[in-house]
Amino acid sequence: MAIAPLPPRPAGERPDTRTAFSLNGADVAARADETILQVADRYGVAIPRLCYKDGYRPDGNCRACMVEIEGERVLAPACCRLPSAGMKVTSTSARAVKAQQMVLELLLSDMPEQSASPYKRESELDRWAAALDVRAPRFPQRHQPAPDLSHPAMSVNLDACIQCGRCVRACREEQVNDVIGYAWRGEHAKIVFDLDDPMAASTCVACGECVQACPTGALMPANNVGLIVPEKSVDSACPYCGVGCLLTYNVKDNQILSVDGRDGPSNASRLCVKGRFGFDYVHNPRRLTTPLIRRTGVAKTTGILDPDDLASAFREATWEEALDAAAAGLRGIRDTRGPSALAGFGSAKGSNEEAYLFQKLVRTGFGTNNVDHCTRLCHASSVAALLEDIGSGGVSNQVADVALADVAIVIGSNPTVNHPVAATFMKNAAKAGTKLIVMDPRRNELARHAAYFLQFRADTDVALLNAIMHTIVEEGLADEAFIRERTENYAALKMLVAEYSPEKIAPVTGIAAHTIREVARLYATSERSMIFWGMGVSQHVHGTDNARCLISLALLTGQIGRPGTGLHPLRGQNNVQGASDVGLIPMSFPDYARVDDPDVNQRFEALWETKLDSKPGLTVTEVMDAAHAGTLRGMYVMGENPAMSDPNVGHAREALALLDHLVVQDIFFTETAGYADVILPASAFPEKTGTFTNTDRRVQLGRQAIDPPGQARQDLWIIMELARRMGLDWNYAGPREVFAEIRRAAPSMAGITWERLEAEGSCTYPLEHEGDPGEPVIFVDSFPRPGGRALFAPAAFSDAAELPDERYPFIFTTGRQLEHWHTGSMTRRASVLDALEPEPTIVIHPDDLAAIGVAPGGTLTLESRRGTLTASARADRGMQRGTLFMAFAYNEAAANILTNDAIDPFGKIPEFKFCAVRLRAGGELVESRL
Amino acid sequence: MYREQGGYAQLERAFKELTPKDVADICMGSNLRGRGGAGFPTGRKWSFLPNNGHPRYLVCNCDEAEPGTFKDHMLLEQTPHAIIEGILIGAYAVGCHHAFIYIRGEFKAGFAIFRAAVEAARAAGYVGKNLFGTGFDLELTVHRGAGAYICGEETGLLNSLEGKRGEPRLKPPFPAVKGLYGEPTVVNNVETLAYLPHILRNGAEWFAKVGPERSPGYKVVSISGHVKNPGNYEVPLGTTIRQLIWDCAGGLRDGRTLLGVQPGGGSSACLFEEHLDLPYDFESISKAGSMLGSGAMVVFDDTTNFVKAAHALIRFYAHESCGQCTPCREGGNWLEKTLVRILEGRGLHSDVDMLVSASHQLTGLNLCPLGDSIEPFLASVVKRFEAQFRAYIREPKAAPVAV
Repeated sequence: MAIAPLPPRPAGERPDTRTAFSLNGADVAARADETILQVADRYGVAIPRLCYKDGYRPDGNCRACMVEIEGERVLAPACCRLPSAGMKVTSTSARAVKAQQMVLELLLSDMPEQSASPYKRESELDRWAAALDVRAPRFPQRHQPAPDLSHPAMSVNLDACIQCGRCVRACREEQVNDVIGYAWRGEHAKIVFDLDDPMAASTCVACGECVQACPTGALMPANNVGLIVPEKSVDSACPYCGVGCLLTYNVKDNQILSVDGRDGPSNASRLCVKGRFGFDYVHNPRRLTTPLIRRTGVAKTTGILDPDDLASAFREATWEEALDAAAAGLRGIRDTRGPSALAGFGSAKGSNEEAYLFQKLVRTGFGTNNVDHCTRLCHASSVAALLEDIGSGGVSNQVADVALADVAIVIGSNPTVNHPVAATFMKNAAKAGTKLIVMDPRRNELARHAAYFLQFRADTDVALLNAIMHTIVEEGLADEAFIRERTENYAALKMLVAEYSPEKIAPVTGIAAHTIREVARLYATSERSMIFWGMGVSQHVHGTDNARCLISLALLTGQIGRPGTGLHPLRGQNNVQGASDVGLIPMSFPDYARVDDPDVNQRFEALWETKLDSKPGLTVTEVMDAAHAGTLRGMYVMGENPAMSDPNVGHAREALALLDHLVVQDIFFTETAGYADVILPASAFPEKTGTFTNTDRRVQLGRQAIDPPGQARQDLWIIMELARRMGLDWNYAGPREVFAEIRRAAPSMAGITWERLEAEGSCTYPLEHEGDPGEPVIFVDSFPRPGGRALFAPAAFSDAAELPDERYPFIFTTGRQLEHWHTGSMTRRASVLDALEPEPTIVIHPDDLAAIGVAPGGTLTLESRRGTLTASARADRGMQRGTLFMAFAYNEAAANILTNDAIDPFGKIPEFKFCAVRLRAGGELVESRL
Repeated sequence: MYREQGGYAQLERAFKELTPKDVADICMGSNLRGRGGAGFPTGRKWSFLPNNGHPRYLVCNCDEAEPGTFKDHMLLEQTPHAIIEGILIGAYAVGCHHAFIYIRGEFKAGFAIFRAAVEAARAAGYVGKNLFGTGFDLELTVHRGAGAYICGEETGLLNSLEGKRGEPRLKPPFPAVKGLYGEPTVVNNVETLAYLPHILRNGAEWFAKVGPERSPGYKVVSISGHVKNPGNYEVPLGTTIRQLIWDCAGGLRDGRTLLGVQPGGGSSACLFEEHLDLPYDFESISKAGSMLGSGAMVVFDDTTNFVKAAHALIRFYAHESCGQCTPCREGGNWLEKTLVRILEGRGLHSDVDMLVSASHQLTGLNLCPLGDSIEPFLASVVKRFEAQFRAYIREPKAAPVAV
């Protein structure tokens, strides 16, 4: 066999890290830690292997990769053997080949057909058997297990299983879900889920990593889609959360067949249930495919329209007609009532290009800064605090840094549910020795891997964090040099936290004083400590204060500006970072340039060649209030669903109903679309190309895989058509041209070229000049504030806006669940996700449930001062007594009917995480309307 | 009672008068070789522990499950304190402060006896903190397995002891470098450790002088099968097989002749009449193509059906395979099925041919020795007693081709 010459030594590798040895008679060199198999692959020497998977820990169990090493009595598995200098390795000797063939023959004898896997095209076993000329086996077949087709997403056909254990490593070592195990012995040895339960009855979270790992098709996507030959495979990104996983769509006949994880910098080929199995919403028959115009005389009510009865309220229209009507309404309001009577809600689900053009349309076409999106409901308070204290809203360090951290605090975040793939890296780190400190009023899965789990009383974050800082100051653990050289206003913080001794705070938070002290010492004294947080921190009326405390904690200990340290607010939506970056917020132009800064204003007036408003616009919640007040009369909503996502959603729905003109652009008939005057059918994520910025500040390319259905059009086209009708002369040929303009508008992204995105798929900003590597860690030397110093912003503990009382004794808190995204508009229309979590549930401590005599699964009715809803009870010991939780994805029991629309004064974020409700048994369950 | 016979005196002496290195040197000088099966020199095994400041562990392997072996079982029930003293001396020698003993799940009675003995030793001040006022702490944890042959393999044992599935680990790293809880660990057999007090009392010379130079000392041999007096016999290594069978175990049953003898447990190849005068030691048995193993001798007389005997052993190994490695899991299962087919009269002549040719290919391919243990006995008896196997085949021999 011909062997390729030694490849050039990679830059930076020292020569002495290479090991020279001989492989099949040719001189080869191994890099440090490279196994014989890896070297062979690099040199193009084919050695069969089945239990080995690139990136996974080699297990060496299948014994297909046996090679002969001169001077050794027995053959060695190439996959887990490191070569030593001068070693003579042969993979093609008669003895080695015979051993390899023997293994393949033994495994082949177990296949259902004794020839080829009937579940997978190109089973790796079949491929290697053909390569080594192993024919029909001589051996008797084993007893074949029955298929397990219990799960809606995956089929389990263990008759094709070769016990290679790749799924076990996928489940336990990659995703760390610990569901799949290897049970029994000898010929009974088999892959099991939990205690040999059917897959659907097990604790499987359906990440599908095992399916991706399986070499023979024993684990496959359900319904045999693995047997269909795709026409094309398109490299793209995941449309769901901010982790920013890269993936590949397998497509045939304009249908997505399946999704594979791709080796992206933020996901290392991993995906979660939404990304892997939640794609068929795009093919849902309820997709909007024709422009619709509200019939004259049909009043807007606050009820939810029946999607089967759209025709009673809307009529189909041509695009020309619909766009004209949409623009005419907006133009009329602008010209009669002034620009500030208009507002636009863009979407964190859209691309950077869409967000950029949308805000540019509102600012230059409508003439107002009334443009916002759901960042207001998510991390607005975190961003307010970050901008105030360290001068930048982006994360300081990427998720992957958790592997470098000795300690990581995860507070107010449930990453296994909301950022599942990021959570896998946290769990990997915990297994490798990083100490996790999980702080949350609700116990989550990550707590299982935590060194400390602090289940503090809801909403006492500030008290808890101040007590931690108190300990650090009191015990002399503060980083005085860092404070002196890189911060200001420390004296004020020191004075404030002096009031918060752990002993005093313990009864407030419910966390023992010694635990608070231990956690403080651990965080402060470790070489590298990191902080992750989520919406449990931000969605409070003092969300900004919560975030300020976290920032102060990092500054106080100097745990920022180095790898494995820093602050990471886990971004929710796939492009919430990017949408904010490109100016889809009312106070800033792209790159957080304040609209009320005259220099900035001038710069953008020059760039956009038009007069601009210098007054910050209204935020999401303020827009609704303005609609109620009658000062705001028309809106353009692209891909947002305020009729489900806003707090006190009854109030928001009334506001929408009061508008004179509402244009909704979406892929489904959302709850918000029910209030529209014109509905424009848009494109779903896989139907367009654009860039998306993840929580790590990585700008990544999503590529079009399929065409939009019916008359649905790409969003960029719709925005441009509306802009034309608003009097703007735009001629962007596509996302690439829009991106070129973004580079001019946002200096921190100026160095990212479209060509580089196409080649690399992902670039981390700040990246100001072409060719820069990008900066994964920022604030290394200074903070982007006056003098380069960060600010300590001390925050005193204060109560939530609405505390439980005798009438409303329970605390109600909201969030998401693994299977459903946000308001459910996508995921509830994705068949697998809907099958896994079909209906709303109220999560409650079993003792609270027992106290009112309801069994798990029974019906409960919740009532707040703002509304009432009914749903089934789900008992969960992770809840504290007296606290209830609901996901807000279900329109039949919309959690936001209950929530309080009180807002944080700085971030303008509503208090989704705390309101008072009362609870009673029974009630009338409502059918979903999707 | 044990103390009256001089028990624990050597432990006390070791702690009070000898340095750990002294004890290790004595062990090295005695040339004691592991009594668990592999026969690795104990002193050398100890010397592999790296001096890296990490905690070290000593684990006593009492997961005796090799077919035909019943010596540790007896020691456990009848001289538990000798084992305890051996463990403690060994632990002192290697600088271990927490020793473990892993007792086979089926040894229910032995487990209870041993645990009581450990408590007695603790009460007497031999286990626990500050032993003999030297400041040396030594804890001994008694763990009972759940009944898996594979946990007798040292890395399978360590996994099981850690609460994991009893699966052997890839080597390297060897336990001496990365063993229990990832720390340097020695795993020694019960019998090996039980010799330590005697070696200390009588000196390295005393042990090293007995028997052949490279396999010195005494050994407990479990003799079973077609002999008059099966049982455990402690003999100097180098005693001949003939002496063991006739002088110790009383010879064959009346009127019977010997067909074969398995010298070292179920994993060893069968020896035959011509081997009877071989000295029973590691080298000689190995040279004859078998192994001394754990010292379990099974004697077969002329009533033996070797097809059934081979099947019984293969069934055991196929059943006990941990299931990791393909050749062991699949191959063992395949051999068992083939033997069943032959025994049930459905076999073909080609099956017998394949038993010889394919079974060799299962050896040397697995992570641990279990996979290599499947084949030796079968291969040796198929070769010697092929006629017994062919007698089961009903398929007519292929007719000679007419010329």
